[in-house]
Amino acid sequence: MAYLTDLLNGFLWMFNFLMLPAITYGSMLALGALGVTLIFGILRFAHFAHGDMMAFGAMISLIGVELLNHFGIFTYPVPAGLLFLPVAMLLTVLLAIGLDQSVYRYYRRMKSPPVVFVMASIGIMFLLNGLTRLIKGAELSKFNARRTFGIEEVDVAALTEQLGKRAVRTRTDVATEGEIVQVSEPEFVFFTVRQFKEATGLSEGFGLDLIQLIMVALAVSIFLGLYWFLRRTRTGKSMRAFSDNEDLALLSGIDPQKVVFVTWLIAGSLAAVAGTMYGLDKGYKPFTYFQMILPIFAAVIVGGIGNPQGAILGGYLIAFTEIFITANYRKVANYLLPEPLEVMGNLQLLGTEYKFGVSFLILVLVLLFRPTGIFRGKVF
Amino acid sequence: MANSRYWLSFGMLAILIAVTGWVQGWSVALSLLTVGLISAVMALGLNMQWGYAGLFNAGVMGFSAIGAIACVLVSMPWVTASMSIGLETLLQNPEGQQQAIETLQQDLPRRIAAEQQIGVAWLIGAVSAVLAWGINWALRSRFSGGRRAIIVVLILAVGLMFFQNRFDPAIRVIESTGFGDDSKYLGGLQLPILLAWIVGGGLAALAAWVIGKIALGLRSDYLAIATLGISEIVIALLKNEGWLTRGVLNVTGLPSPVPSAKALQLAPYHLEMGTSLIVNKVAFLAIIVLFLAAFLWLAHRALHSPWGRMMRAIRDNEEAAGAMGKDVVMRHRQVFICGSFLLGVGGAMLATYVLQFEPAGYQPLRYTFLIWVMVIVGGSGNNLGSVVGGLLIWFVWIQAEPAASWLFHVLGDQYAQGGNEWARTMIDRAPQMRTLVMGMVLLLVLRFAPRGILPEALQRK
Repeated sequence: MAYLTDLLNGFLWMFNFLMLPAITYGSMLALGALGVTLIFGILRFAHFAHGDMMAFGAMISLIGVELLNHFGIFTYPVPAGLLFLPVAMLLTVLLAIGLDQSVYRYYRRMKSPPVVFVMASIGIMFLLNGLTRLIKGAELSKFNARRTFGIEEVDVAALTEQLGKRAVRTRTDVATEGEIVQVSEPEFVFFTVRQFKEATGLSEGFGLDLIQLIMVALAVSIFLGLYWFLRRTRTGKSMRAFSDNEDLALLSGIDPQKVVFVTWLIAGSLAAVAGTMYGLDKGYKPFTYFQMILPIFAAVIVGGIGNPQGAILGGYLIAFTEIFITANYRKVANYLLPEPLEVMGNLQLLGTEYKFGVSFLILVLVLLFRPTGIFRGKVF
Repeated sequence: MANSRYWLSFGMLAILIAVTGWVQGWSVALSLLTVGLISAVMALGLNMQWGYAGLFNAGVMGFSAIGAIACVLVSMPWVTASMSIGLETLLQNPEGQQQAIETLQQDLPRRIAAEQQIGVAWLIGAVSAVLAWGINWALRSRFSGGRRAIIVVLILAVGLMFFQNRFDPAIRVIESTGFGDDSKYLGGLQLPILLAWIVGGGLAALAAWVIGKIALGLRSDYLAIATLGISEIVIALLKNEGWLTRGVLNVTGLPSPVPSAKALQLAPYHLEMGTSLIVNKVAFLAIIVLFLAAFLWLAHRALHSPWGRMMRAIRDNEEAAGAMGKDVVMRHRQVFICGSFLLGVGGAMLATYVLQFEPAGYQPLRYTFLIWVMVIVGGSGNNLGSVVGGLLIWFVWIQAEPAASWLFHVLGDQYAQGGNEWARTMIDRAPQMRTLVMGMVLLLVLRFAPRGILPEALQRK
């Protein structure tokens, strides 16, 4: 019995520290990779600006949230970032289509080689990078950062009612000696690790909050919706045909303009969703979004270029391997091993700072042994 | 006609630099020129890969960081040696230094033991690698590939365990002991810095060989993604392996190939302060110019030789060149290694110029993609184009900041003084305009002058 408890504790530790983060991170990667793989399949180039496009989407959501909060409106228990998702998606799509029309369309007409498109996407990467940093700065900003108000600006009683006592604090400002209210909007939590531990009496546990749940649910519904779209609708089928064989698709009367338009529509909105999700989870910082293109590319290539199912699988695969390989298993080992064999040091294959190395390693292995990816994508 | 383009572009650059010197001071202009020319070395390296051969290297940052770390490993003093020297000097005059002496007397033997342990650990690593390779080879006819892979992985895992067992405690000692400012890591070999530049290039070339083994011969985007990944890994290694690189603590005080401004003020030079600053910079610039001239001459000879024609033929039509009997992958690897050598040397020069190695300062936008803009704007495939691109883009990159600041101040000052919070933050963020400007420059050049300022000179009969 005691051993069974240990087993359960070990599993719960892994669930809380490895699986839950891997699922949320993997959902984000998968959404990003879906966009990149569609662009790869249909426009036939590696879209280097995707990370910055995600940053742009996240920035729009963040600005929306800050505007709401500025007027003393808090949307708890619903994360305000999600409310602004449609706006972020719309603006990101507009940006993507605008950039396509002003930049990429010319090269399509000139029938330029893919590498010129990549170069142009690097130009756009610079552009978006400058733009997001100009508008929102390069520092880390949290979606639920603490906001400060004058005492007469907000209805303290109502806010306390809504957000709870600990979230709303009144005090005297040192500089102006006026009464101010500090509000830090909490995240809605179904149950915390401590509550779980107390309820079950186990020494390990996991917590669950609304953002995680919504992230996963949203990602899964997007996957299903996209699958249905690509398989069942006329436009989706024409996109797949275009990705499969461009000349044949053109001969069959498929409108390339429309296909490209829909591709950016999907890729842009997915980028906004992925960016906002990551921002809600870890906070908004432009540079981390830029760094995300490496695991995203890895996910795309692992899954097979141009293959949506592959991109989803690749996203989760990369996320799980990154987190499981860089984890420290000392605690699990001590739960599972008998007492005399207790592990004192670290049981870690690779430091967390090398997680990019892991996605790269997977990429190299796939390139060496199965260059078409798991799902047999295209090789150009 | 073609010649006038060269005169015009170099003339314009000369005027730009001269105006900078006149308005912002000659020290600023000299720095601009020096870093611009160092960038030109890097752009030349990338130009070999992209311009000659059409290889998409998105890992410039990694190669230049390898060059920079070579400066540390070759030219910095060996910390244990400086510890024992320090101990001796302290013992000659022990007045009030009792504590320092005691610490050193304690640390020195621990540190020497730790260094030995590191040596043993790497020996174990090497032995297990050789063992794994040998057993794999010996069993090649008896077992299938899958089974052999399991055996190899097992041997390597056991080797790794023994390795870490020795290595981890040893580096903890190395990272916590030392003497003076630049310590808490192994240190270097205290050899001349110019040798370090060459070693840096060599190490970068070695890395290029490994990457080329993996990623060359695949689709061009794959090489881009693979090199992007490698460069991130290189930076992660440099940041986290503190025993070797001092990590985020940075290594300061790299030796310079020229006497410092301070040294120039003392015997035997006795220069005035203003002059000494300028002389120091001019001397450094002269060395860079010498190196760049040598590289340019070599690149020119290579490009206009049968080898250069062959590279261009491979770039323009791989299949045809392959059909003519050219070993495309081997040639790609060759030019990839040559280009990476220059990238490494450029990185080493840059670290030497700023006299420090700072792994956290490596950002892909600045160290990879900016060099790309230089090559594209200068004219890919044209060696002098890299020089023009390097100087011009570096000029724009540096001057965009004050220019944007000035512009934002003119536009926003009245609002900011009126207490408009937004106008004030926008003025603070003006430096970010430089990436925006760079993006515009790259997009405009790609669209309207895809062959760059100095297009590739095609030899026509």
